[in-house]
Amino acid sequence: MADLSVNICGIKSPNPFWLASAPPTNTGEQVMRGFDAGWGGAVWKTLGEPIVNVNSRFGAIDYSGTKVIGFNNIELITDRPLASNFKEIYEVKKRYPHNVVIVSLMVETKDEWQEIIKRSVDAGADGLELNFGCPHGMCERGMGSAVGEEPKVLQEITSWAKEFSNVPVFVKLSPNVTDIRDPGMAAVMGGCDGISLINTIKSIIGVDLDTLVPKPSVGKESTNGGYCGPAVKPIALHLLAVLGKDPKINVPISGIGGISTWQDAAEFIALGATTIQVCTAVMHYGYRIVEDLIDGLNNYLNNKGLKSVSELTGQAIPGFVDWGELDLNYDIIAKIDGDKCIGCGLCYVACLDGAHQCIHTQKGPCHGWHGEADHGFGPRTEVMPPLHHDGGVPAMSHVPFVDEEECIGCNLCMLVCPVPDCITMVEASHSESKKSWKDRVAKGSA
Amino acid sequence: MGNKTSSKPLLSPKRLERQFSDYKPLYSEAEALIEANRCINCYDAPCISACPTGIDIPAFIKKISTGNIIGSAKVIFEANMLGYSTGRVCPVEELCVGACVYNDLNSSPIQIGRLQHYAAKKAMEIEENTGEKLFPRSKRKSDKKVALIGAGPASLACAAYLALDGIEAVIFEKDTLPGGLNTTAVAPYKIQTEASIEEVNWILQHGVELKTGVEIGKDIALEKLIDEYEAVFIGIGLGMGKRLELKGNDSAAVWRATDLIRKIKNDPDFSLPDELNTVLIIGGGNTAIDISRELAMLGVKDVRLLYRRSRKEMPGYEHEMVEASRYGVRLVEHVTPLEIIRNGEQIKALKVKSTISNDIFDLPCDWVVEAVGQLKHVTKISPEIEVDDQGRVIVDAKTRCTSNPKVYAGGDCINGGKEVVNAAQDGREAAFDILRNLGISPSLHGEKYFKSFVSENKN
Repeated sequence: MADLSVNICGIKSPNPFWLASAPPTNTGEQVMRGFDAGWGGAVWKTLGEPIVNVNSRFGAIDYSGTKVIGFNNIELITDRPLASNFKEIYEVKKRYPHNVVIVSLMVETKDEWQEIIKRSVDAGADGLELNFGCPHGMCERGMGSAVGEEPKVLQEITSWAKEFSNVPVFVKLSPNVTDIRDPGMAAVMGGCDGISLINTIKSIIGVDLDTLVPKPSVGKESTNGGYCGPAVKPIALHLLAVLGKDPKINVPISGIGGISTWQDAAEFIALGATTIQVCTAVMHYGYRIVEDLIDGLNNYLNNKGLKSVSELTGQAIPGFVDWGELDLNYDIIAKIDGDKCIGCGLCYVACLDGAHQCIHTQKGPCHGWHGEADHGFGPRTEVMPPLHHDGGVPAMSHVPFVDEEECIGCNLCMLVCPVPDCITMVEASHSESKKSWKDRVAKGSA
Repeated sequence: MGNKTSSKPLLSPKRLERQFSDYKPLYSEAEALIEANRCINCYDAPCISACPTGIDIPAFIKKISTGNIIGSAKVIFEANMLGYSTGRVCPVEELCVGACVYNDLNSSPIQIGRLQHYAAKKAMEIEENTGEKLFPRSKRKSDKKVALIGAGPASLACAAYLALDGIEAVIFEKDTLPGGLNTTAVAPYKIQTEASIEEVNWILQHGVELKTGVEIGKDIALEKLIDEYEAVFIGIGLGMGKRLELKGNDSAAVWRATDLIRKIKNDPDFSLPDELNTVLIIGGGNTAIDISRELAMLGVKDVRLLYRRSRKEMPGYEHEMVEASRYGVRLVEHVTPLEIIRNGEQIKALKVKSTISNDIFDLPCDWVVEAVGQLKHVTKISPEIEVDDQGRVIVDAKTRCTSNPKVYAGGDCINGGKEVVNAAQDGREAAFDILRNLGISPSLHGEKYFKSFVSENKN
């Protein structure tokens, strides 16, 4: 059993999995059920001057029958009295002293910050998270992402929080900026103990094609919301890696953004996250998902021979470099396993229409269903198929073949192939040593 | 006679057929979406190659998944105007579904027939509700007329494509009910007469005329049609079921399978006698399997299929035999019937011989059903039509034109008994050749889907 416990800014958590500040952490009763399910910590639904919400509030994107690959919301911060929230925070910490409770905060004036921080700390918060991220509603009132997008303001408020707080202060960043290092640096300069990212992305989730009102609709209108869920993970990973790589960002990071599986979590950790925050997947499937997050991460660490989650932290950062540092001489080609191929033709058409026309079928230039496709630039039929595909399948079959001379190793065929491990990318033999664009520029040969 | 079939009295709910429920019921929207989304949208998909009408199956399934039902149905009907019934009656396990790449992944293949049934049915409902036609009647009104003989799938498909291009298509049907085998023969757990007639009426509304109760070769001579019409299409299927030369088979308890199936499907006054316990079916084709399963499903306790060779050699589909077995039908291999032993009209037993040991034994039974093929009857229409040594009309493999350049033929009368979908393809090929000969370019550019469908010379 690998050690899954983590220590972030002096806060000890039994595992890296925290519930993000969102509807699943709205009440003490919910947070306690989350802890019962196995969550190591919870970032309480953002506290501030209680607001009035609208209905409806949520929208989602489905894709090919898969529900909620992307999610957005126009819900604001807590709509419950602060006194109730603090009472429940106190109660939760009393009953679950080993679980982490971070209180997310969003208020406006310095006095308000001072007061709410004092009440949070008094209630037993292990840490604070300054919500400078919500891109809807609150930002119109000068809070949320309105702060996250203004590094000077962000730095100022962060320094107030540090002044008033004797527990660690995390700054939650908005992804709705041109360069994440600007607010990141501002948070560090303001003295924050850690950074949480990403908050949601400014978005319109869709349009109701019957009513022609954007979604989620509030009567005959809607507004921009915050986008999250599995589809935003790549954006979050990138922003995480940019901060993780920057030596000036010398504080730990709590990673957020589309995490639904233990693989997602491991990727965030490998790119520098110390803890993981999850919301959408819990909203979709419930607190119970944490069981496989823990179990899967543990098995992965064991298989990797890693004794603790901290041994994984940041391991993928050195591999994240500028394009100009990539090896121009690195060469791979696609191999199709003829035994596994089911003849669906998806690699063929993807390469033909979407890549470099290096996969061919035994049927010659395509015709028929796609009209007169051979405009003289069709598949190079003079390419002779190999006598046998890999695995000894006769070439004259439903299995397409790769023109290995022409294959540029782009991955597209492998990505669209529906059969696991049927198409693999293999390193082509070459003797040249690594040469990057930067090397060429340095030598003046670009 | 009339253009809309009024079949109320014949479609009495008392028909035995009504006791069957669909073994592949119409999908709900949720079921259709889940199944459609499973399709991986192959390029140059094997299911298309396996379809005699070459429907662009991934295209119509994709359209179901995006909620574009009208577009989906158009893809189906452009290739196959009998897309509704073929979605229900095609032996998909042998065709499109059997070719699905999921089979190679040991996963359950896409239920293409059920999706096709869904898209066609839903589009027909949308048409009905909105009055918007999928295929509006051609504004191109020509004065050309084509006669079609027999209102089965081949003629219906041919007539529909002709009518869409403004040809006056007139179908002559000797029977009272149109629809051919979909109406009279296809197993009632696949399609029932109401649904078959519904499809016929859908075809007719594209401007096809139907004259029932008119027998060509008897009421009107074929030569007269050839004179009066630009072209004639023969889609008369097969004739009566063949009889075995069995001593004692001149009893009402000995049935031709086709007659018995038709009674079950169409005759409101027909029911099975209470004391019917054992029925022996002679034959190994799909008709034999169908009637066995129908009788078993209707409650006959002991239904046995007698076949002279082994199960492997049966011309009927294995998947149909498997289904029939599930309802209790038993297969007796390697036996050949010799004689029916009778006690007056009643049957005592069927005397059979083992084709392996030559042992002779009696199998007690109440009924015997002969399912040993059907007669060809084209020559009844006209001795002028050239047929092969098995009585099948000889046609050009591509155009379905007979030895007479004005006469075309399709369906079971040219192939000796295949599927509805083969008949639909014959009808379409013939329609397009007729149109071309009349100088009309077919408005449904279905030709790119065409495949040469050579009728194989085996029974």
